Amino acid sequence: MNEWHVADLEKWDDVICQHVDDIGLSCFPQEFEICDHNQMLGYMAYSGMPSHYPHWSYGKSFEKLKTLYDHGVSGLPYEMVINSNPSIAYLMRDNSLLLQILTIAHVYGHNDFFRNNFTFRTTNPEYTISGFKSRANRVRSYIEDPTIGLERVERVLDAAHALSMQCRRNLAVRKPSELEHRADALKSAEPAKDPFQQIHKRAEYDPPDLRKTPTQPDEDILLFIRDHNPYLSEWERDLLTIAHEEAQYFIPQMETKIMNEGWASFWHHKILERLDLPTDLHLEFLVRHNQVVCPHEGSLNPYHVGIKIWEDLEKQCEGDDLAPLFAVRESDRDSSFLRRHLSEDLVRELDLFQYGPQGDDLVVTEVSDEAGWQQVRDSLIANTGSNLLPTIQVVDADHDGNRTLLLRHDHDGRDLHPQYAEKALAFVHQLWQYDVVLDTVLGGQPAHLTHGERGFSVQTG
Amino acid sequence: MPPPDSVFRPFRSSDAERSDRAAGDRARHRDKVREAIRENIADIIAEESIIGQDKNRIIKVPIRGIKEYRFIYGDQSPQVAQGNGDTERGQVVGKQGDGQDGAPGKAGDQPGVDYYETDVSLEEVIDLMFEDLELPDMERKRLRQIESERNFKRQGFRQKGIRSRLDKRRTARSRVRRKLAGEEPRSNGPTDRFPFHDGDLTYKHITTDIRLESNAAVICIMDTSGSMDSAKKYLARSFFFLLYQFIRSKYQNVEIVFVAHHTAAKEVTEEEFFYKGESGGTMISSGYKRALEIIEERYHPTLWNVYSFHCSDGDNFDSDNADAVKLAEALTNACNLFGYGEIKPLGPRYYESSMLNVFRRLDADNFQTVLIERKQDVWPSFKALLAKERVPTGPEDE
Repeated sequence: MNEWHVADLEKWDDVICQHVDDIGLSCFPQEFEICDHNQMLGYMAYSGMPSHYPHWSYGKSFEKLKTLYDHGVSGLPYEMVINSNPSIAYLMRDNSLLLQILTIAHVYGHNDFFRNNFTFRTTNPEYTISGFKSRANRVRSYIEDPTIGLERVERVLDAAHALSMQCRRNLAVRKPSELEHRADALKSAEPAKDPFQQIHKRAEYDPPDLRKTPTQPDEDILLFIRDHNPYLSEWERDLLTIAHEEAQYFIPQMETKIMNEGWASFWHHKILERLDLPTDLHLEFLVRHNQVVCPHEGSLNPYHVGIKIWEDLEKQCEGDDLAPLFAVRESDRDSSFLRRHLSEDLVRELDLFQYGPQGDDLVVTEVSDEAGWQQVRDSLIANTGSNLLPTIQVVDADHDGNRTLLLRHDHDGRDLHPQYAEKALAFVHQLWQYDVVLDTVLGGQPAHLTHGERGFSVQTG
Repeated sequence: MPPPDSVFRPFRSSDAERSDRAAGDRARHRDKVREAIRENIADIIAEESIIGQDKNRIIKVPIRGIKEYRFIYGDQSPQVAQGNGDTERGQVVGKQGDGQDGAPGKAGDQPGVDYYETDVSLEEVIDLMFEDLELPDMERKRLRQIESERNFKRQGFRQKGIRSRLDKRRTARSRVRRKLAGEEPRSNGPTDRFPFHDGDLTYKHITTDIRLESNAAVICIMDTSGSMDSAKKYLARSFFFLLYQFIRSKYQNVEIVFVAHHTAAKEVTEEEFFYKGESGGTMISSGYKRALEIIEERYHPTLWNVYSFHCSDGDNFDSDNADAVKLAEALTNACNLFGYGEIKPLGPRYYESSMLNVFRRLDADNFQTVLIERKQDVWPSFKALLAKERVPTGPEDE
């Protein structure tokens, strides 16, 4: 049926591994699993994990993927790699031999990136699979527990999923504990050292309010509710933890989409060029590679933008020494990668533009000429990874002295989607069980969205 | 750094067969979709596009209940895309809310932007609608069924029966079987007579198969006089649609007749019925008279379950009211159910006359009136209509 056997793949893989080693990629051990399209759909719906807890949203996503696939709207990816140690990659059974070769090389690019990029340092890849499995077992045990049951588990998970991305995004920076926050607060309230304190009037000491919870605004909404709502049961707290942990797993991938895809494409290209492919395979390679990294006019192909930047960086390297590239793949994420390495020339070459709605139309508001390219680049950064998620912090757990939870949206010029904010706030209220207030800005006006006993209301001005 | 270790796990079809891991979550999602449809059923029915459509048509039902809400940015936020090399400021690159055909802002690419719509066939929606009605079984009993055929059907075999139904072949076989079972091995001596026993006799069993023909005719009568504008006709159409679908779900064979009337009545096609306007005054009795004629000619109540429904704005000539009531009474005798719907899009007080008052005089269990003011009323009034019909009393039950 296939033009290849697993033995062929192993043979090519040996050669590829030699090149991977030569060019200096450093990878986790790699496992490849051949799967058919149904299994691939399943892996896609469950983020590639062999085991995952059940929730209807994954059924929805499966259904959606399958519909798109069945109607030929979108194909399936040739591969899927998960960030674990050993790394696991799924290869589609229907791929041609060349596609498998290309994909294997591509997978090593991702593998190296997962292993070396700083955003993945905190993901504990040794425990990825077992973590997902343990969470799946816990959720199943709550569902099967006759005192809890599917409906209640689902209700908590629905709310937790809505808020799980409202968390700290830069995981490489350690989160200070509450005690450290307090110590900091005390320290910073102390008056500055004064060498002439003998003769000066003693500086006023303004004691910080240590009763306030949280001492510093907290972005981890789920964890905050878990730790500060005493009315939650143990299983509810655990579900919040589960949703939070899952989100933490995805954040590094969101944060490095362009870099990571660019890096893998850059290297699969390099490796396949070194492979000495027979002519027919080489021609197919050129065609496939182009399909993967071609620009998508009117939208944005992260493979294309990514590989362009890496190629641009390669040109700046002196001779054959690609060490600067390896340094960048270690210490950047998409935001910094774009800010530092997406040059004016490149923005122009890619013809990136910024657009927005005007009436019913989407209209170009900025183009990449001398006056506009920085704006376009910054706008691209704002639309990348976790920058697409609004930053909302817990400011006060006892607002107005009646346990109202006060949240503040850090408004960066973009308004929240009002209907979504209303529903999401309802979920905060469901978990917090007391009133919740969200301070934000809508249409240039300060707005306070409240969700509580008396339902939802908006106060502006 | 040594080259990476790698392992290949070949495809195993047994894994693939076992791997329908999403089945449970899909079923759960499907439940939620149905739930959401059921909750929004009144809105879906009020949706113009589904009425008068082929039942196999797929309709898109936007599902609000199963969106995954999160905090996201609104759609006013600027975005970035790639152009073809000469993009200029002010150039229009797409329409807002236009996620498809490669236009910028592909909805699926942004986290949280949920454009989910589900495809449901009209049939499925109708099923859900009637599930929503929770019609008890007695409902069906009430619908008249007519014994159309009496067939005799062979069904199995019995040890007892009348001689004419004896199955000779099976009887003989049964005897042979008994003989072989009792025979001593290798006894080749002269065989004794081996008669039939009563136990060998096998009779064909015949059952009578009564086929209940369930024919129904829906007679839609509508006032097409000058005062019935398109808004009113739309409400009427929604109502007729529900009635037709409901009756079709209960009977095998449903015919539908359209009678349009102003001062005179005639039978028309569906197209003409809903879209052709007439002018002039209204004489409701003319429509009823025509309906009775049609029932007499083609749908005699001994063979057909007849459902008639009349929609009007109630603006009848006063002189006609007495006739109308008389003929309505005749219709209630001929029909399983006769209903009158008064369409008053501006609220009942706005209009001078109403047939609802006139019809108070008519006292029949299978006569119902409803008042429809807005399209949101259509479903509740339809439900009310059937809820009343559910009461198991009435002339037809005897």
